[in-house]
Amino acid sequence: MNILSVEGLGISFGGIHANRDISFNIDQGEILGIIGPNGAGKSTLFDLITGYTRADTGKVIFDGNNITRLRPDKISNLGIGRTFQKLKPFADLTLLENVMIGAFARENDIKTARDKALEIIDFVDLIEKRHHFARELSTGQRKRLELARAMATEPKLLLMDEVTGGVDQKTIPGLVELIQKMKASGVTIATIEHNINIIMEISDNILALDQGQKIAYGKPKDIQLNEQVIDAYLGRVDVA
Amino acid sequence: MESLLNHARQEPLWNTNKRVIAVLAAASLALIVFPLFGPSPFYLHLMIMIFMYAVMSQSWNVIAGLSGQISLGHGAFFGIGAYSSSVLYVHYGITPWLGILVGIVLAAMIAISIGIPMLRLSGHYFAIATLLIGISFQVVFQRWEMVGAASGLWIPLTEESSWLALQFHDSKTPYYYLFLGFFIVTYLLVWRLSNSKIGFRLRAVRDDYQAASSLGIDISKYKIIAYAISAIIMAPMGSLFAQYILIVDPDRMFSLEISIMVLLMTVLGGIGNIWGPLIGVAILIPVSEYTRIYFGGTGGAVDLIFYGLILMLICIFRPAGLISLLPKHLLEREKQR
Repeated sequence: MNILSVEGLGISFGGIHANRDISFNIDQGEILGIIGPNGAGKSTLFDLITGYTRADTGKVIFDGNNITRLRPDKISNLGIGRTFQKLKPFADLTLLENVMIGAFARENDIKTARDKALEIIDFVDLIEKRHHFARELSTGQRKRLELARAMATEPKLLLMDEVTGGVDQKTIPGLVELIQKMKASGVTIATIEHNINIIMEISDNILALDQGQKIAYGKPKDIQLNEQVIDAYLGRVDVA
Repeated sequence: MESLLNHARQEPLWNTNKRVIAVLAAASLALIVFPLFGPSPFYLHLMIMIFMYAVMSQSWNVIAGLSGQISLGHGAFFGIGAYSSSVLYVHYGITPWLGILVGIVLAAMIAISIGIPMLRLSGHYFAIATLLIGISFQVVFQRWEMVGAASGLWIPLTEESSWLALQFHDSKTPYYYLFLGFFIVTYLLVWRLSNSKIGFRLRAVRDDYQAASSLGIDISKYKIIAYAISAIIMAPMGSLFAQYILIVDPDRMFSLEISIMVLLMTVLGGIGNIWGPLIGVAILIPVSEYTRIYFGGTGGAVDLIFYGLILMLICIFRPAGLISLLPKHLLEREKQR
């Protein structure tokens, strides 16, 4: 069953097609991996789905609702959570306060929100850091903070933008494990990844973009062998 | 891990540092008994000005410190409060108590109707817009005959001091308690606000509006809420000040200086912290009152020179305000393990 379906989505900035006629579905409960070289339009795609950028063409259907022209906060309330490629923690607030703000999306009472936030902080293994300011946390910890904060809004679909990007090698296995734990808890996930090994390992399906367009969609083992994907990553060699 | 989670659930929801609570309780008690020691009218006046500006600066702190929107025309809400209660009393004989309520409602309504179009403007443009609104209120009231135009309104004296008419002729002590009451109630309410869902969400809007909206926060709505709350806090101070000096006129009540003073005091003490405005006020008001004494009518300029100097020093050495000089463990909640 589809939880999200994207139909012919497109936007251009000053004549450049950042996204062009992109269509795909996300199945309930799966992990969809999104790959593509730099500038392929992956983050733009997330911005279009979550309402941060208005699409020129196409539409986005989430859980039966047309969300194409909605504001980001409305889309969040309907059940799409997201993290940002360039991290956006509330730097001068503590980890606990950050996650509580997420929890307030569904709760009104401060004690209920606090207890729910603590549970999620425990889930992402940062409970001992709960009173640290976000600015005091390492990059890997801040990625967990963003995941926890988004999880606290009880999303049905979570969009993750490069969760393993910019962290040191030792931190990666823990983050991958966390993503799988989140999937097991019932959240549908779409994740942008640069690390091909990780994306092949965790994804149920993969969407490949290049120059704003969809170039392939399918199971990881098929994507690996797709010529267009290989070309996009290795660069096409023109024969003189 | 499990036990740490359970332990975390038992932690108190806010700062329960016993020394901080004891100091606050002792300070409140001292303020309550202060008039019993028979201070001179000058000291009562000084304290009244401190309470009044502490509330006004807190009002500015809610919009600027909590939600991150710089308002340069906050004096408008002071004037609205002053004129609401005064016009109702002078023209219709309605008790200022009711006038205070009317002022609060009017200020909130005006804040909301200004806020809906203006708070869509980003940062600097909102600040400039509020500056112009502050000035335009003064211009309108200078020309509005019903409210006395440029010369304003005199509040007719009652024969005897009266709590109903909020006029006290023999002593400043009742005014002292009136302002003290509003001061304590305001600070308790703002403390409560900042520890509520609204307070958390306002800080989120201030720190990163994009992240905030990804968490389901309607940014415009929360900015308008903050602006309205801020106006609600400011308006009663205008009403009370009008009762204190028994005259309202546009130059005084819609003075640009009010808007600037609340900003200066909050920034000096520490913006975004509930105690910041109080610290700034407790330093700048005595400076202002003493220079007025020593330099007479022309002293106004001297205290402004002093403010400018302090502000420069703060910007260079302590951008987080004087409150950042206090030991950290008093400000942050206890880190229990």
